[in-house]
Amino acid sequence: MLTFLRQRVLSSAVPLVVVVLGVFLMARLTGNPASLYLPENATQQMRDEFSRAHGFDKPLLAQMVDYFSGVIRLDFGQSLRTGESASTMALRAYPATLQLATVTMVLAVLLAIVIGSWAALNPNGVADRVSSFMSMTAASVPDFWLAIVGIWIFALTLGMLPTSGVDAGALSWVLPILTLLIRPLGVLTQVVRGAMISALSAPYVKLARSKGADEYRVISRHALRNASPPALTVAGDLAVGLVNGAVVVETIFGWPGIGKLMIDSILERDFAVLQAAVLLTAVTIFALNILIDIGYALLDARVRRKVTA
Amino acid sequence: MTQDSSVATLSADATADVPTPVKARSERWSNMLLRDPMAAIAAAILLVVALVAVFGPLLIGESATRGNLALTRLAPFGTAHGWEYFLGSDLLGRSVLGRLILATRTTMSVAVPVVLLSLAIGSIVGMWAGYHRGWRETSAMRLADVILSFPSLLLAVVVLYIYSPNVANIVLILTIARIPIYLRTARAESAELRSRLFVDAARTFGASSGAIIRRHIFPVVLPTLLTVAALDFCYVMLAESSLSFLGIGVQPPDVSWGLMVAQGKSYLRTEWWLSIFPGLAIVITTVSANILAAWVRIATDPGQRWRLTTSRKRRSLRRTVMEAQ
Repeated sequence: MLTFLRQRVLSSAVPLVVVVLGVFLMARLTGNPASLYLPENATQQMRDEFSRAHGFDKPLLAQMVDYFSGVIRLDFGQSLRTGESASTMALRAYPATLQLATVTMVLAVLLAIVIGSWAALNPNGVADRVSSFMSMTAASVPDFWLAIVGIWIFALTLGMLPTSGVDAGALSWVLPILTLLIRPLGVLTQVVRGAMISALSAPYVKLARSKGADEYRVISRHALRNASPPALTVAGDLAVGLVNGAVVVETIFGWPGIGKLMIDSILERDFAVLQAAVLLTAVTIFALNILIDIGYALLDARVRRKVTA
Repeated sequence: MTQDSSVATLSADATADVPTPVKARSERWSNMLLRDPMAAIAAAILLVVALVAVFGPLLIGESATRGNLALTRLAPFGTAHGWEYFLGSDLLGRSVLGRLILATRTTMSVAVPVVLLSLAIGSIVGMWAGYHRGWRETSAMRLADVILSFPSLLLAVVVLYIYSPNVANIVLILTIARIPIYLRTARAESAELRSRLFVDAARTFGASSGAIIRRHIFPVVLPTLLTVAALDFCYVMLAESSLSFLGIGVQPPDVSWGLMVAQGKSYLRTEWWLSIFPGLAIVITTVSANILAAWVRIATDPGQRWRLTTSRKRRSLRRTVMEAQ
């Protein structure tokens, strides 16, 4: 198990290192990085002082060592807007995004299992139509527009829900989660449906039925269990892709998470904060990828045997 | 049925000029498309979008760029001020329809190059990697994994912060983000094809690896790649509009559908049409591309093509026969 874990950590760490290195190189490729950190109307003297203070006049290799040791100590410098440490700002915004993403993924998985299995049991039934409509929506409707239509109908016209913010308690969660839910739910339902169709026609399901197991047991213990590994892989990819959705949804609904922080720091040219937010997200994705691998090993006996051997 | 008649014409005038089979084949494709009304409508919509992107800006004149302060905040579906203002006007009196038409060109000028470039680069590298196996395959796949394991928006956010967000940079970023999709597909298919008999035969005849990939592998992989490209077209359009919506994509005074939604966002309570219509344009185009992609997938699959060439009645007959078995 440990060898497997080490192997997965190493291979997932490659993209992480590439991102950290990529951010560093891209920031240096533009010439003077001081122009990235400082406002556009900064004078030449300000730029020079900033370069000296932050070691941008040192050789590239020395800068790289400084940068990496800063990354490890979570020191990305200070925000230009607030003067706060960039990593503090990123870490403060982090829980809000994590809550939003977790609730969305849990809802998506539960609903996908119910709708997907139901659709697999009754081909061409109501659930089947619903699931194909949802996957079509997920693939073709932009989430930001869906959010705006939601605000227009439920917040502005009907006045049932708040337009943005987190002050209204549970009600303020409804629109962000619904918007974020569309994509993972549509894709995942199709995957569960497909996996269930093939699992339901497998010999072990026939055996379970012929030995007299009731339908609930056949579905939950036999079919669903074997349909879950492919669904888990896709769910993991979708959770990684949720970052894209979170940026959009948080910006529209004024959700104080890490996605909004990224866009705000781009629009106000606050490079230190952007860097901290991007790298924090990258680390989360790195951890998520490892969790998916472990979950996969736990669910699939064939992988588990290979792991423990 | 159509196939039978085209074969009959072929044998009847076997001495006729060579292009006949090509023509017969294209006729069959168009017939197949016409027999599936949904796919035909989708194809027609995409054709209109393409025509609007190319010729639209010539038609609309200045109503989209120069505001007319006498005609601000016009509600949609009024015909009093001419067809340009049929979908209403914005706060500066510019026609929404005209701006939609201008935006079609911008949106397409991002989506089309991205799809073509990533398709070309991804499939060439993928076929090359899959054909040769070994270190070429490993390195290409590792690169694809690295790109795919991070959300494209994260990459775009950093790059478009450091370099200015203009159309060329957006195309570059989205191309890099989408190459792995084609690379993986092409690699898998060509790795499978390289052990086939006809590839072995070509190799025995001394054909170079480049010629084998070009003449024997590429034609077989192409239908799959085109299906992937049609689906990916939707993804790229949505990605561009998301970036533009967030303010790191297409910049004013240029206009794209995503940017129009963003600009109208603040006036949702009173001027709802500023945000709703551009979003509808995105949805209609992506839904059409999705439907057409599903149709192409069936049409290029010899095992499923009968669904399109047989009539509805025979299809249900066939289904009952298959279920009875």
